[in-house]
Amino acid sequence: MSFLSTLFLGIISAALVNNVVLSRFLGLCPFLGVSKKTSTALGMGAAVIAVITVSSAITYVIDHLILRDNLVYLRTIVFILIIAALVQSVEIILKKKMPSLYKALGVYLPLITTNCAVLGVAIDAAQKNYTFSETMIYSVGTAVGFMIAIVLMAGVRERIENNDIPDSFKGMPIVLVTAGLMAIAFFGFKGTIS
Amino acid sequence: MKQNTPIERLYNGVLKENPTFVLMLGMCPTLAVTTSAINGVGMGLSTCAVLMMSNLIISLLRKFIPDRVRMPAYIVVVASFVTIVEMLMQAYVRPIYTALGLYIPLIVVNCIILGRAESYASKNKPLASFFDGLGMGLGFTLALTVIGAVRELLGAGEIFGLKIMPDAFEPIAIMVMAPGAFFVLAVLTALQNKFKAPSATNKNDKFCSGGCAGCLQKDCGFRERSDEE
Repeated sequence: MSFLSTLFLGIISAALVNNVVLSRFLGLCPFLGVSKKTSTALGMGAAVIAVITVSSAITYVIDHLILRDNLVYLRTIVFILIIAALVQSVEIILKKKMPSLYKALGVYLPLITTNCAVLGVAIDAAQKNYTFSETMIYSVGTAVGFMIAIVLMAGVRERIENNDIPDSFKGMPIVLVTAGLMAIAFFGFKGTIS
Repeated sequence: MKQNTPIERLYNGVLKENPTFVLMLGMCPTLAVTTSAINGVGMGLSTCAVLMMSNLIISLLRKFIPDRVRMPAYIVVVASFVTIVEMLMQAYVRPIYTALGLYIPLIVVNCIILGRAESYASKNKPLASFFDGLGMGLGFTLALTVIGAVRELLGAGEIFGLKIMPDAFEPIAIMVMAPGAFFVLAVLTALQNKFKAPSATNKNDKFCSGGCAGCLQKDCGFRERSDEE
């Protein structure tokens, strides 16, 4: 297969077929917590794309240079520290160099450390022995999938807001039902790539 | 009941502030691994072990960890115990280890653990913190087992692998797949709202809503952001 088709199929498979939120349940907390408005959902999605891309590149390098041979058991500890440090430094750099972008993303950055999608992608790629390009395709695709899911969710939630919902389903229950229906819809992508 | 005694802590963790049903924390593993009751038990007990030990150690170290670096310090403690638990599971309970897979290392980012470290263990004595971890862990195990049992019963007609439903029952396969997790949890939270049971979904002012993100914003647990400004 040519490089381009691998790239395309990889991204489609990670973003839509195995959607990170709706079929693998990673990053569920921001998905439920920060999806009240489309604009904030877009901000969160962008921040997650940036952090996942950079963190999986760094964790790949560290994993292959230091951990791979005889320190595999340190993976969890090292990866979570890299991600925490990365998020912290991205925040400091943005604050100093790009105040406008920091203002737009600032609130979401600290939330990303506890986003299990970031750590999940890094560990998953390391466990599956992906090459560097595979790791990058997989992580960008996953992050794009997260963004698609959270923005769609925010759009639906804005519509639900004014509807007449049974009292006991107001708030979290109706959001969960919506997520379930979206998960069913995403099943439709299952057959696209064999 | 007297505050901070072992019994009070257990009661608090399992019933009064059940991490899943009342605090709505740690949603990712709750939904991801509850395809059967036994997976729920496995995930619950491993989280419980990590929670007990990390609470104990963090409480013992609470006077030595400088305030500004406490988050990284907690993360290292938690990640160490997660690694220990992962290796033990790999050695002794292979089937559950394979079934839970990626979600075992992800116990590190389970907000229940960091949340309890920050809001309880860092302020209280080791014994009380240990039992707080045990109570919260058992509450989490109970919740996961219940959700897992419901999904297994509807999706496969079994509980813990034992056939419950009559042969005429057609298993609803979607309940053990991804959407089923959302539906079961939606119905459970709706029932809580209906009977006005205390829960993060209907008591927004008191507890954090919407999992970790809400928790971080609402300042219940993670304070570091505000004091840096």
